[in-house]
Amino acid sequence: MSAIANPIEKRNERYGKYVDSVTPKTGTLKSLWHSFWIGGLTCCIAQGIGDIYALIFPNFSEDLIVNITSMTIITLAILFTGLGFYDIIARKGGAGCFLPITGFANAISSAAMEYKSEGLILGTSVKMFTVVGPVVVNGIVWSTIAGLLNLLILGRI
Amino acid sequence: MSGTTIHKGKNCNFVQVPIPVNKAVRQESKQTLYFHKPVHIVTANAVVGNKEAEGPLKRYFRRIKEDIKLGEKNFERAEILMFDEAVRASLNEARPLVGNAELLISGDLLNQMTTSSYVARNLDLPHIGVYSACSTYTEALSLGATLIDAGHFTSVACATVSHFATAERQFRYPLEYGCQRPPYAQWTVTAAGSCVLSAKGEGPVIRSATLGKVIDFGQNDISNMGAAMAPAAMDTMCTLFRETDLSPKDFDLILTGDLGKLGSDILRNLMREQGYELGQQYKDCGCLIYSVDQNCYQGGSGAGCSASVMNEFVLPRIHDGTYKRVAYLATGALMSTQSCYQGETIPCISHGIVIEGENV
Repeated sequence: MSAIANPIEKRNERYGKYVDSVTPKTGTLKSLWHSFWIGGLTCCIAQGIGDIYALIFPNFSEDLIVNITSMTIITLAILFTGLGFYDIIARKGGAGCFLPITGFANAISSAAMEYKSEGLILGTSVKMFTVVGPVVVNGIVWSTIAGLLNLLILGRI
Repeated sequence: MSGTTIHKGKNCNFVQVPIPVNKAVRQESKQTLYFHKPVHIVTANAVVGNKEAEGPLKRYFRRIKEDIKLGEKNFERAEILMFDEAVRASLNEARPLVGNAELLISGDLLNQMTTSSYVARNLDLPHIGVYSACSTYTEALSLGATLIDAGHFTSVACATVSHFATAERQFRYPLEYGCQRPPYAQWTVTAAGSCVLSAKGEGPVIRSATLGKVIDFGQNDISNMGAAMAPAAMDTMCTLFRETDLSPKDFDLILTGDLGKLGSDILRNLMREQGYELGQQYKDCGCLIYSVDQNCYQGGSGAGCSASVMNEFVLPRIHDGTYKRVAYLATGALMSTQSCYQGETIPCISHGIVIEGENV
């Protein structure tokens, strides 16, 4: 068996190397730059909105303002997704669009829209978290572990 | 027994001579089927979406859908309608020429081939569903031509469809999800293609069909389909040249299905290693259907890609004599999303057919 498998493996390895050499790569500097300015711009806009809220409602606490700002940004991201141009921005922005809270909102709302055709329960409700499922699961798992470590090693609650 | 003299006399030396077996190319070929009856492609049609209609082939497409949702509730429904329109158009066009088609062979990319079945439900025809991903169209054509050549049917309709939105949902992410595609990705073509093959009538003739083997060169990147499929195309293309005793120069056009720019470059290199130089006459449907500025990365893919280019662009050119002989090899990647996530590599297949003009 190994005698038969070996030439095939060799051929595959050779072909894989060849394909790697001809496949166009994403330009690292270019995509870093794009995600930097698009992600940065998103954060600047959010900060601006937060500042405006702080001006309008001077008696709100800082936490409340942060929460309202996040909500506004999420709503905007969902609106952009629904209108169909968030994915066009994200195609350029990459991680700059994926890492801020807007990316999470886009992932949930796009899945919700996509599976609406199967109905609200079996479609939207079941499959809404197909894309962001890993984020939620890993968020819970690792924060639990971090909390336990914090309690056991540092003794803080 | 040989050499036994049956009669005596100077000129009566009859010797039993074993009849020499005529070792024609046709008897040696294992993968290639030859059709002795002329199997004509009587009518061919394609329905395409708006993005395809903005590409380089825009003036050749006759049936264009500006809204790829067709005003329906979901994209699957729109795909069914597009497919239905294409199939009915070719059936209706063929009816005055060769009568009613007797069989529908069709396939698409969705799970359980729902689109094909839902279209066949309304057609009152026997139906064979075939799947070999993007090479479904050549598979259907070779099957149809075989059935006609064997005399079981007089006219057979062959059809295939792919839709960007439904394929995206099946194989990748939700449509509006903002993800970056790697520069070697391809764009699924929204198009339905259908044709009617017949022993009667006139039109381009299918001479032979080369059935491909499933080839796996160990590629496992679901985005890099061109690189995965190129070896399959190479294998079938070499077999086709070897078994039909033709060289690339004998063809006016060698057309692959949906390798894209990267895949067709790789195929050129692989064929050069095998000793065949694919020159100017080699084209790829995936490269033809979109222009560079349409942001489609390496080009089109999907079952409808080669079917629409073939039906609306190549077949009319064969009909009017621009191309005399065309080799058409559609390529398909036979993976599912599960198999890729489970770490399997991508097996690929390519079926080839040779189409000739009627007066060759």
